[in-house]
Amino acid sequence: MKLPIYMDNHATTPLDPRVLEVMLPYLREDFGNASSRNHVFGWKAEAAVKKARAQVAALIGASDQEIVFTSGATESDNLAIKGVVEYYKTKGDHIITLKTEHKAVLDTCKRLERVRQERLDELKLLRLSQLAERDVSPEEVAELAAKHDLENDATYRKWAELPTGGARVTYLDVEQDGRVSLEKLEEAMTPKTVLVSIMLANNEIGVVQPIARIGELCRKKGILFHCDAVQGIGKVPFDVEAMKVDLASITSHKMYGPKGIGALYVRRKPRVRIAPIIDGGGHERGMRSGTLNVAAIVGFGHAAELARLEMADEAARILRLREKLRKGLTDALDMTVLNGSLEHRLPGNLNISFAHAEGESLMMGIKDVAVSSGSACTSASLEPSYVLRALGVDEELAHSSIRFGLGRFTTEEEVDYVVKLVVDKVRKLRDMSPLYEMAKEGIDLKSIAWTAH
Amino acid sequence: MAYSDKVIDHYENPRNVGSMDKEDPNVGTGLVGAPACGDVMRLQLKISDDGLIEDARFKTFGCGSAIASSSLVTEWVKGKTVDQAMTISNKDVARELALPPVKIHCSVLAEDAIKAAIEDFKKKRAARQAKAS
Repeated sequence: MKLPIYMDNHATTPLDPRVLEVMLPYLREDFGNASSRNHVFGWKAEAAVKKARAQVAALIGASDQEIVFTSGATESDNLAIKGVVEYYKTKGDHIITLKTEHKAVLDTCKRLERVRQERLDELKLLRLSQLAERDVSPEEVAELAAKHDLENDATYRKWAELPTGGARVTYLDVEQDGRVSLEKLEEAMTPKTVLVSIMLANNEIGVVQPIARIGELCRKKGILFHCDAVQGIGKVPFDVEAMKVDLASITSHKMYGPKGIGALYVRRKPRVRIAPIIDGGGHERGMRSGTLNVAAIVGFGHAAELARLEMADEAARILRLREKLRKGLTDALDMTVLNGSLEHRLPGNLNISFAHAEGESLMMGIKDVAVSSGSACTSASLEPSYVLRALGVDEELAHSSIRFGLGRFTTEEEVDYVVKLVVDKVRKLRDMSPLYEMAKEGIDLKSIAWTAH
Repeated sequence: MAYSDKVIDHYENPRNVGSMDKEDPNVGTGLVGAPACGDVMRLQLKISDDGLIEDARFKTFGCGSAIASSSLVTEWVKGKTVDQAMTISNKDVARELALPPVKIHCSVLAEDAIKAAIEDFKKKRAARQAKAS
């Protein structure tokens, strides 16, 4: 067994050697531009892209023409959400998403909210200038707005209903197990709702959402459904037809393909339209311009094919290892909490809190194992994970959580090693933890007046 | 985050981990931080009647920097008088451990823990004296 051990497959996965092999010719002799129509270099590249497109489409039950290649899932999420909001702005401007979505979705939504707010601020300024019969400065707005009561001003209200290019966003809470409540989702839908964006599987807690039922509901209400499928694809079944998904973001590097290449699935029947966010030569049917990254696309395609063919066996093997890891840790250690549903979960994900042993400290103690802390302590912010907080996980427990991500290349020997190492280090940290000592003495930690800081 | 060798050394070989009897009149206990913030430090000092710190023990829930900061101050305060210990500042701790800016907070906790422990000891002593007189 080789150290360090990689158990952070949600962050990225290693390139499968079989994928690298098929990519190499396209980085050497077959370097053509897939848009070159006049010579064999171009034709070869075009044929390779065509094959890869079919391979990616087959993984999600789509047709070739529905795959738009992008630089990765962040771009796909941006393109789907901004593209729909822009294209359908005369229809409505409301989006529904979950508090536990990836930042690529949440931050895109936040930007659209800012765009709308800025537009409204401009309109407010304009209307107040009209009413005051002079130019009003932004500093005067609050004072004058109170006087003129814009909320009940028919002209301003009419203006405010015009398309802004931005959006109103509902960020839904999830249930304690990390899954969306379909009732709450339906309640949040309005006649102005144009898009629901909900992920297939969560990147931190691996919880899998009821995509088919969400798709069904959205279709019934005439609302487009975007699914960030990045973490779940190739690991759990995902079929855009059966699940009535209209747009889906996927990326290659989470399924043993190269980084820097992803795709957005855009439904053709019934047709979904999006405005592009990159302008240029009209590649990818105008939805995403830019010279195609042929070698990466070829790798992505092959990775998708391997995922499709091997998913069932691989998922069973990884699930067995994950359960071995989970049982190994929870049998040996008291006061552990699994975060998120066990039943509706990616086979390779284990997100677990070791009460009274701090997560970052634990990671430091198991430095031969690459995992991720549920708490964001290693980043600039010291806030615990927003995903765990959204589940209602206690802040202390959120600081004590670790995300293990098992993958295609994880071995049983590695799992055995990790169990032993983690158990050992958690015990060591707890021996050093005043909280563990107090908990063992039966002191209610909530009863103590902590010096918050 | 890359830690200094000193932080790693204290994390891997923490000095003076343990507990003392809270009820001992010569033991001052300082408990600072909050579980919700991810750091809790408990420092205990055994102080002689003439104000000399004879022994120190800590237990810490927190990151490597928090553990290293508390471990370091247990070494520093031993053999010092209470007045000398009160002059230890978080800056000394942060400098000694070369803490990254985002972890300066851990050194502040260590300073607070010393002050809280000494304050606890002083309170106990005052109570004892009040009883005796």
